[in-house]
Amino acid sequence: MLSPEERAEIEAEIHHYPRKEAACIEAMKVVQKHRGWVSDEGIRDVAEIMGMTPAEVDGIATFYNLIFRKPVGKHVVMACDSVSCWVMGYENVRECLRKKLGVEMGQTTPDGKFTVLPIACLGDCDHAPAMMVGEDLHHDLTAEKIDEVLKRYS
Amino acid sequence: MSADPLKKPLTRNIDPTREPFDLKQYEAAGGYQAVAKVLKMDPKEVTETVKNSGLRGRGGAGFNTGLKWSFVPMGPDAPRPKYLICNADEMEPGTMKDRVLLEGDPHSLIEGMICAAYAIQAEKAFIFLRWGYTLSEKRLRKALAEAYEGGWLGKNIKGSGYSLDLIPHISAGRYICGEETALINALEGKRANPRTKPPFPQVSGLFGKPTIVNNVETFCNIPPILTNGVEWYKSLGLTEDAGTKLYGASGKVKRPGVWELPMGTPIREILEGHAGGMREGLRFKGLLPGGASTDFLVEEHLDLPMDYASIQKAGSRLGTGTMIVLDDQTCVVGMVLNLTQFFAQESCGWCTPCRDGLAHAVKLLQAIKRGEGRMEDLNKLDQLCRFMGPGNTFCALAPGAAEPIQSALKYFRADFERLIPKQPMAQAV
Ligand SMILES: Cc1cc2nc3c(=O)[nH]c(=O)nc-3n(C[C@H](O)[C@H](O)[C@H](O)COP(=O)(O)O)c2cc1C
Ligand code: SF4
Ligand code: FES
Repeated sequence: MLSPEERAEIEAEIHHYPRKEAACIEAMKVVQKHRGWVSDEGIRDVAEIMGMTPAEVDGIATFYNLIFRKPVGKHVVMACDSVSCWVMGYENVRECLRKKLGVEMGQTTPDGKFTVLPIACLGDCDHAPAMMVGEDLHHDLTAEKIDEVLKRYS
Repeated sequence: MSADPLKKPLTRNIDPTREPFDLKQYEAAGGYQAVAKVLKMDPKEVTETVKNSGLRGRGGAGFNTGLKWSFVPMGPDAPRPKYLICNADEMEPGTMKDRVLLEGDPHSLIEGMICAAYAIQAEKAFIFLRWGYTLSEKRLRKALAEAYEGGWLGKNIKGSGYSLDLIPHISAGRYICGEETALINALEGKRANPRTKPPFPQVSGLFGKPTIVNNVETFCNIPPILTNGVEWYKSLGLTEDAGTKLYGASGKVKRPGVWELPMGTPIREILEGHAGGMREGLRFKGLLPGGASTDFLVEEHLDLPMDYASIQKAGSRLGTGTMIVLDDQTCVVGMVLNLTQFFAQESCGWCTPCRDGLAHAVKLLQAIKRGEGRMEDLNKLDQLCRFMGPGNTFCALAPGAAEPIQSALKYFRADFERLIPKQPMAQAV
């Protein structure tokens, strides 16, 4: 069931659009913000408030890579694998993350702290290689810098 | 220290070492004067001015902005509501210019959008912002709240009788959302497949109503044009294209970055002057002039001006104006494979040449990179590029994806061939 906060935030979004269903993506983002990811239950909750079927909502959810349909760790590490970062050493970044966190791209550390994902260009190409941890951007990455950045997240 | 507003109109208020101007500071620097002026003008006159300025869309395609606005139905019988959308998706790999404006001077984007909305008489506007721009989002939301508070947005703006709402929408990802009709579907809460055109959004866009979509940098050009005039704007460009441009460089150059320079600045000046040339021990090999979906240019092109016509004549596109530089130590095949994997992953899957062609191109490039390619694979890649070319797909993603592949095969074919094993000798009996 949607919490009162979730419901209020979704309704504020619905208010911006002439058709309720238009706020469907926003609604999923609200659910994800509160629960970390969008479970089947989350899909059903969004479907109910949107007046859509869960299948319709899931069809939309699966199009967008930033709607997480699987649980993720406390911090999502997204390493840019696009061209400028590739030229500047994305492969080192990936190696570094693998060594430090002991997981491959797409996996979550056993303690549930980090999920590591590849991501397309972060628009920070003049400071490549770049990655985001949660909402924060980190760039000009080196092995030492990655080490130091990861320590900041507990 | 901020720049000379008459030389660097886009970055006039930008200083990355401090917070962007708040409403008070922005107004003190002459901000929102364009809106004040526009509100007293006939909407059509605003469109005409922008059209005459020669401003071309900075999102990649380079269409005349005022001309685009002029297709919107006007007058009392026009369908309502009308919509204005700012494309702040900036997901073209190698592109980091809109971020500079969003983070550096959000009020100038808002001011540009109000002027544009007034010109087409839109009652609602959206900023479609990519998810990863969290700092932009924070600064934009603050600036929006100030603009409402200051009476530049909302009902009856400054007593003019004109009202406008401006709403930020944060994307849930996928490169294709930057294509304007896919963006419109995303804003409607749907899967972001592009739409067939016609009808064009100017006539039937968001929720079937007249809609204009413009890029962040395009909007930021509007207030200076309206404040300083068409002649001034035209005089800024070094060649036939008007205004200034945010150019950028990434890759193994000494000083990667983004700079506002006169439109038509030569490539060499950007590469060697502003970006400082190649890093120690590396040599220049080629560059993609305007993001991932543009054709490679090489040494012989370095003295060309970075404007629409010159780059097109050289067989590429100005695109977003942010160049990705290739050095002699980086594997061309690897770089092209990286680009093609991106496009294959981001294809929305609607058209066969894009969905199947890109997947096939990735397989061929992977084989070549592993040393398992064959000479005929290069011809197959050439063929796939033609198959994905303009006119065969619903949107420009596939033709854009073909550009780096086809030009790499043209200029760096030897690098591909070098990775292909020589035919095994026939065994002697
Ligand atoms: C696959 C694809 C992605 C695009 N991504 C963007 C983008 O991120 N930002 C943008 O402004 N334009 C993007 N465009 C171009 C838009 O479709 C549209 O032409 C542009 O927003 C119009 O604005 P302008 O006339 O001000 O350039 C993209 C086009 C395609 C085909
Ligand atoms: S070209 Fe590719 S991305 Fe564009 S509509 Fe066709 S399948 Fe979708
Ligand atoms: S390519 Fe990595 S930030 Fe742009």
